[in-house]
Amino acid sequence: MFKPDFLLDLQSELAANIEAFLPEVILCAGIVLLLVLRLFGTFKRLHLGWVALGVSVAGLAVALGQWPPGAFGLQTPEDFVGDRVPLFTGLLVYDNFTIFLRIFLIFFAALVIVLTLLTGIPDRDDSADFYCLLFGATLGMCIMASANHLLMVFIGIEMASLPSYALAGFLKGRRQSSEASLKYVVYGGGASGVMLYGISLLAGKFGTASLPALATEYVNALQPHADAATIAVLTLGTLFLFIGIAFKLAAVPFHFWCPDVFEGASAEVAGFLSVASKGAALALLGRVVFTFAGLDKSVHAAGELDVAKYLLPMLAIFAAVTATFGNLAAYLQTNLKRLLAYSTIAHAGYMMMGLATLTRAGAGAVLFYLVAYLFMNLGAFAVVAFLRNQTGSEDLSSFRGLIRRSPVLTVTLAVFLLSLLGMPPLAGFAAKFQIFRVLYEGGQYYGTVGQPGLGWWLYALLVIGGLNTVLSVVYYVKVMKVMILETTLEEVEGRPSPPLSAPGGSLLYASLLAVVILMVGILWDPLARVSDVGVDRFNVSPPLKAVARAGTEVRP
Amino acid sequence: MPENDLIWMSLLIFIPTAFAIGLLLFPKGWEEGMRWWSLFGTAATLGVSIGIFGSYLVRVNQFHNGPGAPGASLNERAAALDTAPLGAVPPSKDWVARESWIPRFNINYFLGIDGISLALVLLTTVISFLSMIASWKIDKYVRGYCILFLLLETGMIGTFLALDFFLFYIFWEVMLLPMYFLIGIWGGPRREYAAIKFFLYTLFGSVLILIALLAFYFTDVRDYVPQETVTNLAEQRLNSQGQSQLTGADRVAALDKAREAVVVNTFDIMTLQKVGKAALQRLHGADAEAINSEGWKWAATRTDADREAVKARLNQSFFTPGFQYTMFLLLFIGFAIKLPMFPFHTWLPDAHVEAPTPISMILAGVLLKMGGYGILRIAYPICPWAAESLAWWVSLFGIINIVYGAFAAMAQTDFKKLVAYSSISHMGYVILGIAVWSVSKGGDYWSFGMNGAMYQMLGHGISSAGMFFLVGVIYDRAHHRNLDNFRGLAEPMPLYTGMSAVIFFAGMGLPGLCGFIGEVMVVLATWEFSKVFSVLAALTVVITAAYILWTIQRVYFGVNPAYKNFKDMELREVACAVPLVVLAVALGVYPQMILSWMEPSVSRFIEQVTRVGP
Repeated sequence: MFKPDFLLDLQSELAANIEAFLPEVILCAGIVLLLVLRLFGTFKRLHLGWVALGVSVAGLAVALGQWPPGAFGLQTPEDFVGDRVPLFTGLLVYDNFTIFLRIFLIFFAALVIVLTLLTGIPDRDDSADFYCLLFGATLGMCIMASANHLLMVFIGIEMASLPSYALAGFLKGRRQSSEASLKYVVYGGGASGVMLYGISLLAGKFGTASLPALATEYVNALQPHADAATIAVLTLGTLFLFIGIAFKLAAVPFHFWCPDVFEGASAEVAGFLSVASKGAALALLGRVVFTFAGLDKSVHAAGELDVAKYLLPMLAIFAAVTATFGNLAAYLQTNLKRLLAYSTIAHAGYMMMGLATLTRAGAGAVLFYLVAYLFMNLGAFAVVAFLRNQTGSEDLSSFRGLIRRSPVLTVTLAVFLLSLLGMPPLAGFAAKFQIFRVLYEGGQYYGTVGQPGLGWWLYALLVIGGLNTVLSVVYYVKVMKVMILETTLEEVEGRPSPPLSAPGGSLLYASLLAVVILMVGILWDPLARVSDVGVDRFNVSPPLKAVARAGTEVRP
Repeated sequence: MPENDLIWMSLLIFIPTAFAIGLLLFPKGWEEGMRWWSLFGTAATLGVSIGIFGSYLVRVNQFHNGPGAPGASLNERAAALDTAPLGAVPPSKDWVARESWIPRFNINYFLGIDGISLALVLLTTVISFLSMIASWKIDKYVRGYCILFLLLETGMIGTFLALDFFLFYIFWEVMLLPMYFLIGIWGGPRREYAAIKFFLYTLFGSVLILIALLAFYFTDVRDYVPQETVTNLAEQRLNSQGQSQLTGADRVAALDKAREAVVVNTFDIMTLQKVGKAALQRLHGADAEAINSEGWKWAATRTDADREAVKARLNQSFFTPGFQYTMFLLLFIGFAIKLPMFPFHTWLPDAHVEAPTPISMILAGVLLKMGGYGILRIAYPICPWAAESLAWWVSLFGIINIVYGAFAAMAQTDFKKLVAYSSISHMGYVILGIAVWSVSKGGDYWSFGMNGAMYQMLGHGISSAGMFFLVGVIYDRAHHRNLDNFRGLAEPMPLYTGMSAVIFFAGMGLPGLCGFIGEVMVVLATWEFSKVFSVLAALTVVITAAYILWTIQRVYFGVNPAYKNFKDMELREVACAVPLVVLAVALGVYPQMILSWMEPSVSRFIEQVTRVGP
């Protein structure tokens, strides 16, 4: 029987590929396990969150095991270059970037599961559904982070989105929740359609959908002799592809779903979406953009910044608009979850600034930022969930004078917000500092290689990022002002305000996250090194013709 | 085992934090206990600072007699730390210490003391201690107040001790938040507005500083660090490339090659000052030979290619006028907001008026000085060329500050606002004193101006903290601050009136009190620089005298039956005011008490960072 080459490849390498794919396999097994368990009467009385936690910890352990040993204490990324293995005939790619993000996503899923166990959403009866959806979304996000082929880009995004729609509407009785879910589906469906159109344009025009192969085609298409039709298809296809990713990222102007969904969904789900979905989308964006710009070591085309010249300004504009709009729109919000939704939009903007540098250091800074963002954003949403359980409201006005009612939750929320704002010595500052650092460094770099125009884009981003930090003070501090400076209604009337009786577990959870943020903010060396190793497969900067460099060698 | 001096300096910074954490253990309702505990914390910090002061004096006098001795120079002691052989135990009494903190970005936990920072640290610990005494009247959320107060003290001391720009920035930012809450929770009626205004202004300044920080970091400073460091880095590079087994000529060649690729980025303020000085020389036309950096000294014995490389590195953007101007302006504005300098001063009257009395004392007494300190320690020495070129403009703003602040103060009817604007006026002398420091004219007058600025900061720290405290005392009794509604306080409160007279005259700059010395030194130094400015600065003293005397007349003189049975100061208030009065007199009568150990550091510092030529 005739078998095409790629099938033979697939067969011969299947065992090795499955081994590399093991964390995802464990997640799949977890989904099956959860679905089967609910069939048995004994397990009907059990909250399946514990089972889900077990599965995620197992997945995390395997994912951690794949992290290159000894890659923790090294001096520079030059010291360590791991393997880059194409999986399943090049549909996925397995390198340190993949491993890093897989650890990130599964670890985060485990933290969210602990949070749901503490807050009691979902209840026992719904637990199997909820965790199946959660794992399904995580699986899709892992695929997004390792996609090496436009097909997998689409499948990853869809696999991450579909469970997310259901999760957003998980509070079945609530009108708002269903509305959020519907909005999410409609926007998501539209974005997917557009993206699929873009993918078909690119794949149809160039006859390949593999990202490294496309990168070569890009370089060829951008040569002076290229015809206008090719460039038009290229531009449209790329733009449509990015619209799909920008939707997942909630980048302006594709962000409209984000505040509504976060407001309607429960705080736990909103927290999950805000970190995992954004993290995966950023990873995907990074992967696609870096491959197209020739930063991936698998791309063998001397682009001489041809592609970067277009990608960098595009990303820079997206990033600047997203960050600025997110911060400005957050001003007027009175619902804490909506406010945080706009804050996450702004943070997506900051992280896109890191990617916009198109340097390896930029990608490393984004990985660092993601980890810091995980802790501070999850913490903020967790506290909102705890407070919702206590006060029954997520409105800012019901948190007046909270410091007298629940000092621990207030102080931890203040730590999360200050970290989001970027105050030292918290993790958010270390992250933002690194983004600013790579912006400056990138600006300098493009100056030395004779592209000062690109450098000025990055300098402009640096200034915009700085101004945005000042802008964001107002609304983060507004929350703290309401909680700490204002008095409760009871106090105004002269009665003592009733203290909140948050359970010890939730206090511990919030405090631990706050301590982690403080620790990462003071000792960020280990994490910075780890995130360097995570991007070791990228080139330092886009490939260049040999250009006589003035002055110094730059080491981004 | 870390060095002794590192331990002591860290203690000085973190004792308040430790006491703040200790406050969490107090059970509810023990307000009095919390106050005593916090007072004990500030007292312990004060004690440590005095101990360090003693040790520093011994060190400076014992090993290096006379002004300008190397021991007084932070730069030289830091350089000695650099050149100490690898693995040697650094001297534990030199009051500079460095530990690696974030090696990935070459960020160090680098602390050091010289006459300049020590003077301000002492001011901080004294004012903190006294304002803790003044805080006894705070009875709203005492625990929170004390925790924030102590954290604020950590931030302030840390800023003065940090010699790594990144560390400096962290401490600088750490102060921001406690201050916001201290104004926002315990302040007056418009406290929330004042607090957020303070926050926004200062954070804006911080962002400017942050950008400059990044820009400095991306300058390759390998020619300004000991060349052993560069060689070590090259060896590390070699080893990490798996070439550690090379020997003989191969190794030498490989090492040379690796050495070429080494780039040293740093946040080290001392190193950046050296680069700043090189930029100054470079922009005055000096070339690599004349600048005589570590890298050049090394390259001079080597091949032509090495020398060319050093010369090429002098073409980095750091050594261009555009970069120097931009960075100087970023830093200067960032710090001037804190100082505060016209037109960035508008947060100050609001913050001062709304803040509770002890916090106003800290604000005026210490926080404003951080702006001056930042200009002096960072903006000027790292961008001396731009500082020199812009000296006239900077002093113009100093003059505007002096004159504008004085006239604005005269127009106030709110007692606290008057003191706030007088602070703006007085800080103008600090700007002026620093600004006249310019290398082109030679001579000693700029050193004189710098010393004057430092002295003015100390004098103003004492007199303005005192003024705010005294305003607070009367506010506690009369419950208003309207100058036109006082009158006749001298009769029921003779002790209070006496102390007020001393402190206010000190603020006015009466000879024999602490305000006089600094102003005179600055005005004299300015004379050489610009006679017009000097005359203007001197003439403003008349306006200052006018508003202070007018205030005294309105508040203390005359007869006022309404306030007849006001009680004079109680023991706690006396305990807070007397040290300030004593210091105001002592600093005025015997300036040598401070200058003897501060002046050598200032002069040496100036020589280090401005001298043209080798």
